Amino acid sequence: MLTLLIAIPIVAAIAILLGACPKKTALLSATLNLFITLAALFRYDSSAAGYQFQFSRMLMADWKLSFFVGADGLSLLMLLLTALVTFAAVWVAPRPEKIERWPNLYYACLLFIAAGATGAFASLDLFFLYAFHELALIPTFLLIGLWGSGDRVTAAWKITIYLALGSIILLIGLLGLYVNLPDTARTFNLVELQKLAPGVIPQTSWVYLFLMLGFGILVSIFPFHSWAPSAYASAPAPAAMLHAGVLKKFGLYGLLRVAMPLMPQAAQHWNGLLMLLLCGNILYIGLATIAQKRLDTMLGFSSVMHMGYIFLGLASFNLIGVSGAALLMFAHGLSIAALFAIAGAVRQRTGTLEFSQLGGLAKPLPFLGFTFGLAAFASIGLPGFANFAAELLVFFGAFKRPETLATGLHFFSHPILANYRVVTVIALWGVVISAVYMLRGYRAAFLGETNKRWASLTDVCQCVRVPIVLLLAVLLVAGFRPQYFLNLVTPTVKTFLVTK
Amino acid sequence: MSPLSLNPIFLDLAVLAVGLLLLLLEAFEDEKDKGFVGWISIIGIGTVFALSFFSHPINLSGASQLASFYSADAFAIFYKRIALGATLLVLIMAMEYRPILSRLIPGVDETAGLGEFFALPVFTCLGLMWMASAIDFVMIFVSLELVTISFYVLVSYTRRSAITLEAGVKYLILSALSTGFLVYGITWLFGITNRTNLAEVGEVLRALPADHQTAILFGLALILVALGFKIAAVPFQLWVPDVYQGAPTPITAFLSVGSKAAGFIVLMRVIEPFLSAPVFHDKVLLVLSGMAVLSLIYGNLAAMPQMNMKRLLAYSSIAHAGYLLVALASWSSGQAKPTVSFYLAGYLLMTMLSFLVLVVVNRATGGDDIANFNGLGQRAPLLAFGMLVAMLSLAGVPFTAGFLGKFLVFRDAVATHQWLLLGIGIVTVGAGFYYYLKVVRAMYWNVSNDMTAIPLSRLTKVTIGVLSVLIFVLGVYPRPIFIMFKEPVSLILPF
Repeated sequence: MLTLLIAIPIVAAIAILLGACPKKTALLSATLNLFITLAALFRYDSSAAGYQFQFSRMLMADWKLSFFVGADGLSLLMLLLTALVTFAAVWVAPRPEKIERWPNLYYACLLFIAAGATGAFASLDLFFLYAFHELALIPTFLLIGLWGSGDRVTAAWKITIYLALGSIILLIGLLGLYVNLPDTARTFNLVELQKLAPGVIPQTSWVYLFLMLGFGILVSIFPFHSWAPSAYASAPAPAAMLHAGVLKKFGLYGLLRVAMPLMPQAAQHWNGLLMLLLCGNILYIGLATIAQKRLDTMLGFSSVMHMGYIFLGLASFNLIGVSGAALLMFAHGLSIAALFAIAGAVRQRTGTLEFSQLGGLAKPLPFLGFTFGLAAFASIGLPGFANFAAELLVFFGAFKRPETLATGLHFFSHPILANYRVVTVIALWGVVISAVYMLRGYRAAFLGETNKRWASLTDVCQCVRVPIVLLLAVLLVAGFRPQYFLNLVTPTVKTFLVTK
Repeated sequence: MSPLSLNPIFLDLAVLAVGLLLLLLEAFEDEKDKGFVGWISIIGIGTVFALSFFSHPINLSGASQLASFYSADAFAIFYKRIALGATLLVLIMAMEYRPILSRLIPGVDETAGLGEFFALPVFTCLGLMWMASAIDFVMIFVSLELVTISFYVLVSYTRRSAITLEAGVKYLILSALSTGFLVYGITWLFGITNRTNLAEVGEVLRALPADHQTAILFGLALILVALGFKIAAVPFQLWVPDVYQGAPTPITAFLSVGSKAAGFIVLMRVIEPFLSAPVFHDKVLLVLSGMAVLSLIYGNLAAMPQMNMKRLLAYSSIAHAGYLLVALASWSSGQAKPTVSFYLAGYLLMTMLSFLVLVVVNRATGGDDIANFNGLGQRAPLLAFGMLVAMLSLAGVPFTAGFLGKFLVFRDAVATHQWLLLGIGIVTVGAGFYYYLKVVRAMYWNVSNDMTAIPLSRLTKVTIGVLSVLIFVLGVYPRPIFIMFKEPVSLILPF
């Protein structure tokens, strides 16, 4: 079942490259994937522990390397996010005849990113978990470089080289994890690794540092974030949706799935550093976001900033905080995808996203104005949206953990700084900051006097409204009934918090 | 054991027979167009390549005099296959290269003088296959010379081009110099150990009194200079960019793959006895690490600003020698031999694929610059796709053979705690992404003035398809290669 999820987009992408109608094939594949994911979600037995829908095929017995997929609640949540955002991204992608060159390659690249993300979230073998994520690197490079806007060449190189470096650091971390195991226990199989008795996996601190920084760079952790804003600003809207919405969550997913459960003590050791960096994400990047003068770079920076909350949830290391982080991954993915979709539609119409040139767009474009408002509110974390529930849990979780940090860095061990409560209070300011920039951006782009140049713009056609409404609807549903999604995640989180 | 088992020595003899047949055909056949010589060479080498999968390792010891200088173990057979595969691909490339070739060699008419271009690689192949089996310094020297001398001719084959002549002279002088180093090194080792067989040298080394160490290390250093030259490792790399650029492209590919692969098997066979002697173990690894560091940094950094595709691939060849040396420097992981061999198998596929595309592009556009690839995505989608696969694999994107090779190298390095090498490896992989994707950018982003389609022969189409598929297959399913290293040694006596 999960293999099908990975195979469908790849087959569809190859078919498109060989000449199938790009839009129809891509939509068909995305719809199929959405239905399969939903079916998996309904068939998922939440009372049974462990991974379901397993499928494995041994590839290299000597290294215990196998193609192994399976899903628990956490993976399913991420797979649902992938399927939803892919569906929306393929739908809002411009029609093939409107793409100036290589329309088939454009759609194939989108599907390859989707396949990479799906594969990474469904894999239970570390080799494939890693490999599937990096598979998405090249389509991103092509999408930004070929169809991007603005300084696309620089942005494409930057994201590719940055993520390649992050990936190789991550790879060394994973290899360190592998070779540090006792000979008999060496495996890339995640299920077997999790079954090992506590204490068998050496809690070597350098390995965790590599994992944390490797995964962190993929999530644009401060100060390794500078690839993200420029890339998202230049990328075509569907690529930005897929990357910011889905692919970037891979790093967090990796921390949650691999690094923290397998090396809890080492994770504690480096938690101080993580807290320091996430404050950078929230405060420094938050302030930088306020200073942005363009809608697309503002959204890019905001997506970097929100990663800070998710890191905070992970760092809290308790059930509430970590579950909140997982839910926030889902909620942020949907809201940022909606924002990028709307920004893309605006760019298509106005040709610019400079705040100084925009203004009053809600009048000619009421639908885009309204939905942008909703998505912006969601992103700020207003009650009613999933982001609110998730951020609340993150803050509660982090605040609930009173003991001071186990320090990874000595200069950070000052008793006032090294306190979860202090860091939580600092992080809370992020909510204010994000309200400032989102509302500022909203006002500058959609409210106020309508520039005469934009008076004749027409709103998006009915059919393009469907994906945006879908994303917002799921956000609202998850906002009103977060229990349903949390119940998926908590069993997984519990397992590794117990093994601590 | 399969019912049909072929003695590995027959593979060498078969290649020799093919080579002689080609020479005779070339000399006594009246037909002007020597294209058929090419076809016969392709069929001949292809047949031997196919036959090589029916030959299995045998234990020659006690059987004959042969055993003292000739090994037929699993690695020997594997590197014979690499040599055969590389030669086959070079001959296919040479078929595509004929028009350029006939333009650049003096002769009474267009098609004269092409026959040797197909016969000589076969003899080079024979030399490479002997290198794969050589376990005695004399045998190493003889087979290496067969390879080198046939390369002297091949490198300067297109003798109307000044740049080729420059390459030929450079290769001749530096290669002769490196041979001198090799012989001198062998002499020193022989003077102290009184042996030329590597296994016996190893025995003597382990029982060596301490005061002979300096002389042994001096001899080994001289030999490493010569082998460093063969595998294109820094600081013995100076010849690489100019010779790669000047030589006819199929020969460049041959140098880059065949010469490097055979150089590595010889290097591994030579250092093995030294690494088994505790006195020399650390010192040899230190030298190898040093070469690895220099090759990684120099190869990758110098590749970044290159505008000429052949020079780019030259520096990339140096860089890959660096990764391979990292695997050797991690010898104590116990996995160095399989890792290096797998890496070379992937390297063969991706390098040959990129050179094959380069040959076609050169024929169609008349140049080797990266700018000549502009708009290739539209002009010849299959060529561009093949190049894309090759570049991704060289850069090390997952699901390609190149990634798995790097994965294994890094695994061994992590296992042996080579922090310096790993740190440099991280940076150089990032650099690699830059310069390999530069080619991808040219193919898909840039446009060229001439956007006419490039015609492809059926042979080229099939070869590009097969190589691309193999790169992906090995990247996901490496087992067939690793099985080759573990084949049981049969006791069937050869003669």
